[in-house]
Amino acid sequence: MWSRRRFAAACGSALALPASAQFRLEISGVGATQIPVAIAPLRGDGAGGVALAPIVRADLERSGAFRTLAPAQQLDERAALPQQELRAAGADALLAGSTTRLADGSFDIRYKLWDVVRAQEHFARATTVLAGDLRLAAHRIADEIFEKLTGDKGVFATRIAYVTKAGRQFSLQVTGADGEGGHVALTSNEPIISPAWSPNGRELAYVSFETQKAVIWVQDVLSGKRAPIANFRGSNSAPAWAPNGRELAVTLSREGPAQLHLINRDGIGTPRRLTASSSIDTEPAFSPDGRTVYFVSDRGGGPQIYRVPAAGGNVERVTFSGSYNISPAISPDGTTLAYVARSGNSFRVTTLDLASGAVQTLSDTNDDESPSFAPNGRLLLYASRAQGRDVLMTTTLDGKIRTRLVTSGVDMREPAWGPFVR
Amino acid sequence: MNHAPVRTLAALTLAALLAACGSTVKLDETPVETRTPVPVANVGKTPSPPGGGAAAPVAQSQVATVNVGQGAAGAAAAAAAATAAGRVVYFDFDSFVVRDDARPVIEAHAKALVANKAHKLTIEGHTDERGGREYNLALGQKRAESVAKALTLLGATDAQLEPVSFGKERPAVQGSDEAAWARNRRAELKDKQ
Repeated sequence: MWSRRRFAAACGSALALPASAQFRLEISGVGATQIPVAIAPLRGDGAGGVALAPIVRADLERSGAFRTLAPAQQLDERAALPQQELRAAGADALLAGSTTRLADGSFDIRYKLWDVVRAQEHFARATTVLAGDLRLAAHRIADEIFEKLTGDKGVFATRIAYVTKAGRQFSLQVTGADGEGGHVALTSNEPIISPAWSPNGRELAYVSFETQKAVIWVQDVLSGKRAPIANFRGSNSAPAWAPNGRELAVTLSREGPAQLHLINRDGIGTPRRLTASSSIDTEPAFSPDGRTVYFVSDRGGGPQIYRVPAAGGNVERVTFSGSYNISPAISPDGTTLAYVARSGNSFRVTTLDLASGAVQTLSDTNDDESPSFAPNGRLLLYASRAQGRDVLMTTTLDGKIRTRLVTSGVDMREPAWGPFVR
Repeated sequence: MNHAPVRTLAALTLAALLAACGSTVKLDETPVETRTPVPVANVGKTPSPPGGGAAAPVAQSQVATVNVGQGAAGAAAAAAAATAAGRVVYFDFDSFVVRDDARPVIEAHAKALVANKAHKLTIEGHTDERGGREYNLALGQKRAESVAKALTLLGATDAQLEPVSFGKERPAVQGSDEAAWARNRRAELKDKQ
């Protein structure tokens, strides 16, 4: 049966932080192979208001690929490796280091990853960052450890976008991949839905109801410059960037029912219709090679996922099990379709292996929405509900390790995981 | 939400100062600017103050023209009757069929639209909270289109109607039971300015 342990990690010092880095980790199932890594308390950690070691530890735990240990003694990058003790504790690797505040207010960060088994250094690094980049620096350390020990690129220094609702106020948030370190990109008294990152990570497309109807906007994240790119009669929604970044697949109802169209990224020119049905066609998602567009259609009765060549052509049905399958997302390697499937009154994140046809339910919650792949394809970010709140969750692709991103009592929804960029 | 603009500005100022001092500090963190929505019509112009409506200013000396010869009194009476008949049409679960009990609402509004060709309606489709946001947006759109079609069958023109959808984003009532869901599966007929 399922064994489950709950683990709450809280990081940060007593200093007031914009958002406390809290998450809850649920591990279900047995037999997950996890690399045991010891993360020692860094010398001087937390002096800038952000402690790095707990962020590194939380990142690695959330990935599902690691089990972290916390040695009691402080070990900086110059310390000798206490190999016997660490072997006895079961650690395969050790992170040790220090942070030092410099005269100009920036921080000098030095760290070393040890191979405990061979008593050798994996790597040693030194970097200087602004106080405002301490959180990013911790995510980068976690990325380096992840890549060194798993061979895959880490995603901890990437960003996510999501929408919060607090009272009547909707906000489009841009945060680190752990949901912390947030910036507000847009606030509105009307709903904001369906944020989508451009492939270069510099722009967000989204749907805003600020003009009392659904209009698609594109906003430059750095400058805040924004413009509507689809504002036709009826509703304009579900933006999805083509991998080349030059056009988007969108849902327009300018000719009647919701249909897929391709539009240029600047919104100039006439939309090119991609589907022609009398049914609902919506929620386009490009395959990573840009050749195929997956989408939702109720042409067969209930909503199911279909695909069509991006250049136009024959529509092919993709999902067959269940009567309600929506919100397709394709893994970065193009092999796995993630979506939300309804079973009874439960809406759950589900995957379909496109080659074998194997279907797997990844969650045990009832109100899942909007799955989004991490850029390395190892995690899914999705929205759900818990204790009467809209929450964001991550899950590994085997469904064994799920975490909940927590902030202070607001509804969080519509997550979109950004690309590798920084 | 409570900190971003000032903090971002402060960070940028600090970054600029450090850069000016010839520091080797990396400046690759990307700040995110906070913006308040600007109405589509105003993009490129000066943003209106927060809370300021998008309504066009009306000259105090403006005089509305009433043309008695064209039967304006009849149109006004029809518009009043449409308002009295109600502005909401309800739907069954997962359905966009306009039910028979909506006929008085549809007929009254069609009559008002036929009587006054300058009269325009926005038809807002809505769904209950179950299911995905985008799929519900499309479902709400289909409900709005159904009402628009029922109105055009009774003589209204497409140019008088814009069907739009709010999906499940703007429920009429809160709640997660069938009573609440039934109130939320609806289309609202609103006069267009």
